Amino acid sequence: MSEQQNNTELAAAKEAWCEKVNKSLEKHPESKTFKTDSDYEIERVYDTLDLESFKYQEQLNWPGEYPYTRGIQPTMYRGRLWTMRQYAGFGSAEETNERFRYLLEQGQTGLSVAFDLPTQIGYDSDHPLARGEVGKVGVAIDSLADMEILMDQIPLDKVSTSMTINSPAVVLLAMYMAVAEKQGIAMEQLNGTIQNDILKEYVARGTYIFPPRESMRIIIDIFAYAGKMIPNWNTISISGYHIREAGSTAVQEVAFTLGNAIAYVEAAVAAGLEVDQFAPRLSFFFNAHSNFFEEIAKFRAARRIWARLMKERFGAKNPRSMMLRFHTQTAGSTLTAQQPDVNLMRVAYQALSAVLGGTQSLHTNSRDEALALPSEPSVLLALRTQQVIGYEIGVTDTVDPLGGSYFIEKLTDQVENDILSYIDKIDEIGGAVEAIEKGYIQKEIQASAYRYQKEIESEERVVVGVNRFTISGEQPIDLLKMDPATSQRQVERLKEVRLSRNQAKVAETLQELRRAAQGSDNLMPAIFEAVKAYATLGEICGVLRDVFGEYQQQITI
Amino acid sequence: MSDKLVRVLVGKIGLDGHDRGAKVVAQALRDAGMEVIYTGLRQTPEQIVETALQEDVQVIGLSILSGAHMQLIPPVVEMLREQESSDIIVLVGGIIPRDDIAYLKEHGVAEVFTPGSSTVDIVNFIRNKLELS
Repeated sequence: MSEQQNNTELAAAKEAWCEKVNKSLEKHPESKTFKTDSDYEIERVYDTLDLESFKYQEQLNWPGEYPYTRGIQPTMYRGRLWTMRQYAGFGSAEETNERFRYLLEQGQTGLSVAFDLPTQIGYDSDHPLARGEVGKVGVAIDSLADMEILMDQIPLDKVSTSMTINSPAVVLLAMYMAVAEKQGIAMEQLNGTIQNDILKEYVARGTYIFPPRESMRIIIDIFAYAGKMIPNWNTISISGYHIREAGSTAVQEVAFTLGNAIAYVEAAVAAGLEVDQFAPRLSFFFNAHSNFFEEIAKFRAARRIWARLMKERFGAKNPRSMMLRFHTQTAGSTLTAQQPDVNLMRVAYQALSAVLGGTQSLHTNSRDEALALPSEPSVLLALRTQQVIGYEIGVTDTVDPLGGSYFIEKLTDQVENDILSYIDKIDEIGGAVEAIEKGYIQKEIQASAYRYQKEIESEERVVVGVNRFTISGEQPIDLLKMDPATSQRQVERLKEVRLSRNQAKVAETLQELRRAAQGSDNLMPAIFEAVKAYATLGEICGVLRDVFGEYQQQITI
Repeated sequence: MSDKLVRVLVGKIGLDGHDRGAKVVAQALRDAGMEVIYTGLRQTPEQIVETALQEDVQVIGLSILSGAHMQLIPPVVEMLREQESSDIIVLVGGIIPRDDIAYLKEHGVAEVFTPGSSTVDIVNFIRNKLELS
């Protein structure tokens, strides 16, 4: 019997079944219409008819083979588990160094540095706008002196370090390289990632400094310099995480991230870089949200789209340029202040979706993050959650265990199609930078965020402990207390650094940086020299602010 | 008092860029018929007070998720007092630990809305407060 005949018969049989079910619906109706977070209506059941045009090798293929839908490595977690990487940083470099060493002792396999907001926006700790912010959402780093303390006794040739830093990424990367140089470690042994993704800062995360064109120049300078000097470093982590946290749907998260990725690739190519020279070092960062199956489909679709984009649109030849490698973090915005222990369960399921989606590294949020920065016991539980998934429950024993599921494959196709439509739309507008400048991306995200909130308030969307199953009179839990003296100590150390360094050398390196910024030389060598002379982050960014100007936010509400 | 007359300043004070909550609240207040002025990111306490007075608002809603609320919110209340504008209702939204909520409310903040708050509650709070005052 041919496949077609088979399908015709199957369709007839399904129709009969549907009629039967429809009759029983009068008596036993379904509870509601079922939808994913991206608003796809979900069928009662999926079957082979949903995958009529499905071609295994074209759409899935084996893991490690183009288009990498099932994963980028042939053995995935059978070879090595994902990197368990908890984002951490608070207070001073000393306190954060202590937390890092604690996490490494507990079996964490990579570091992830959170910087405070003044550092992320290129201000020293004694800047007037740093008031109240020093050491709050991350560690304060003003100069190389702080980075030396942050990485004290951590072997930089053995750990991989991810730094969530964007506008001033070039400066923090230079500081990290300088510490490695002092530790006597060869540059090619350095392993890690800088986020360095400015485009999503304009639409979702907010720590921009310079206007888009100048920011893009800095990023391309990093691609070019790091590609030669630190070949194992991921020079960018193109991030959908914050776009999702800002309220987008799963489809929008990947669509806007890939739209930004296209802009970076185009800018690098326009600057004369060969695509296979930098594309293998592009990495991604996604969100693991609550709608379990859609999240898994999203990760798989993202890999397939990226592979095809790189090969077909950008003519990449190196398979590594086509592999979408990504870090995942569970969704902070789904954590509730109410009944915070329930967050443990949310995080576990979200983390599971990331693993079933084939992530390369993972951060699991802590249960108390809707209340404060996470306490040490909460961070430990979050790490243990990953260890249970990795070591106890067997989901890592075979690659892409959900591959071939009627529902997952159908959903992967749907998500892929809609992401591609958005990418077309961004292309029509003239690319991601234009779309951001016109406020298109921001408006799309805002509309989704508002819809999500309305769904919670109408109870169409259930949030356990918030709009259903609430309790009153909750017991408070122990939260992390910040040391209020941290900020003062940080400012004092900054003063000492400014007094003890060679001022002439600082002035000279900053002057050289100004010259490079005004011209078209790569900025990194000048920044590397300035950093080594203990010029501060604020001084270096100050020169760049002078030359490049500052971005004025688009208000799209 | 009818909602048409209610003017609210929604401001992002401090350096954090998490504006999802501020924008959702701004939109909800607008849908409830209020006039909303949204400041955008990175506002100082001084800028907030200046804009509030210029725009002649009855309510200031400050969104902050960076943890700098204890340093940045009290100066707003203090400056309003100095400008003899203590009748402006100051609301705060964001990740604010319980102990800090108590402190802020003792120091002139009318209410603090933490994650999970409903925009309906915020609208109702403003309506009730204005009818009472």
